[in-house]
Amino acid sequence: MKPQRKRRLTTVFLILISSAFGSFLIIKALDTNLDFFFTPSELYSQNIPDNKRIKVGGMVLEGSVKRDKTNIIFEITDYKNSITVNFNGIVPDLFQEGSGVVVLGYMNKDVILAEEVLAKHDENYMPPNLEIEK
Amino acid sequence: MIKKFIHQFASPKTYLFQVTRAYPYIFVISILIYIISIFWGLFLTPEDFVQGNSYRIIYLHVPASFISQALYGGMAIASAIFLIWKVKLSAYLVKSIAPIGAMTTFIALISGSIWGIPTWGTWWAWDARIVSTLILFIMYLGLISLHDSFANYEKADKFLAVLVLVGSVNIPIIKMSVEWWSTLHQSASITISDKPTIDPSMLYPLFGSMIGFTGIVVCLVILSSKLHIFVREKNKSWIKDYV
Repeated sequence: MKPQRKRRLTTVFLILISSAFGSFLIIKALDTNLDFFFTPSELYSQNIPDNKRIKVGGMVLEGSVKRDKTNIIFEITDYKNSITVNFNGIVPDLFQEGSGVVVLGYMNKDVILAEEVLAKHDENYMPPNLEIEK
Repeated sequence: MIKKFIHQFASPKTYLFQVTRAYPYIFVISILIYIISIFWGLFLTPEDFVQGNSYRIIYLHVPASFISQALYGGMAIASAIFLIWKVKLSAYLVKSIAPIGAMTTFIALISGSIWGIPTWGTWWAWDARIVSTLILFIMYLGLISLHDSFANYEKADKFLAVLVLVGSVNIPIIKMSVEWWSTLHQSASITISDKPTIDPSMLYPLFGSMIGFTGIVVCLVILSSKLHIFVREKNKSWIKDYV
């Protein structure tokens, strides 16, 4: 390789490395703020004030869903810790016991008063009859 | 031999003649593949056990998202080639890929929003995957306007190539966003290391739609690059003969 090209190759690598390093620092500084939600365990380990709007995600604990007219109470679990959620409104179609969910709301005496409930689905796709066979 | 071949293909003239010849074949084959895959995906595959019929937008969303990242990867490689070897053609390609990339990223964002309404219950969330894709879209727009803001093409090519390389750091971030952070978006269904977590009956049309969509996008890149070659080489004698 000609020395001039070699020098330009080094420049290209320098650009790549420095921008990668720069974004690594930015991401490091943002830390957990890039997470879309807390898990229930993270919620207990960090002290979150009552007036702070938070998102909590996990699985809907099986057998925990209680409905009363439009009000719905359920527990979110990460299979280590769980937290109770109180929501008044319509939940998405994919909301089910044992499936993923993200709620947005305020903490109030260890209960989350949710303003919004989003359903999370996983990366598994299959026809319904195969599900029954499994 | 190989060196001669590369040298020849790196000339805008040879490139233009070769892609013009290949264009109709790529166009017809990829349109056919895409139509067949879409038909297969929409009517012949079973519905999903959780999402029902709404998952079928996967046959647009996944190809568009895949190609918008792949195009950026292509731009980054072309930029490096331009900066190191000063191959003019690769600078032309970088400039002509940018608007196509912006378009496919836009399709990915819109189809994702449409998919989000019935499944997540929202069309937008400030989630790591979605935001990094939005950044990719804004970056494409930025690259287009950067190139257009210079009166001098040589200068524009150089700045564009450097900015493309700086922005290429976003591509692994998009890819890994669903692994590194807790996101609303699910993880990848198709990975190199593991078995796909999508049933074969849905997977085959998905692969078909990805191949077909990629072919259509290649055709758009060919058209866009031909146009840019005409603009840039308009004073060359071979262009005058060609036109």
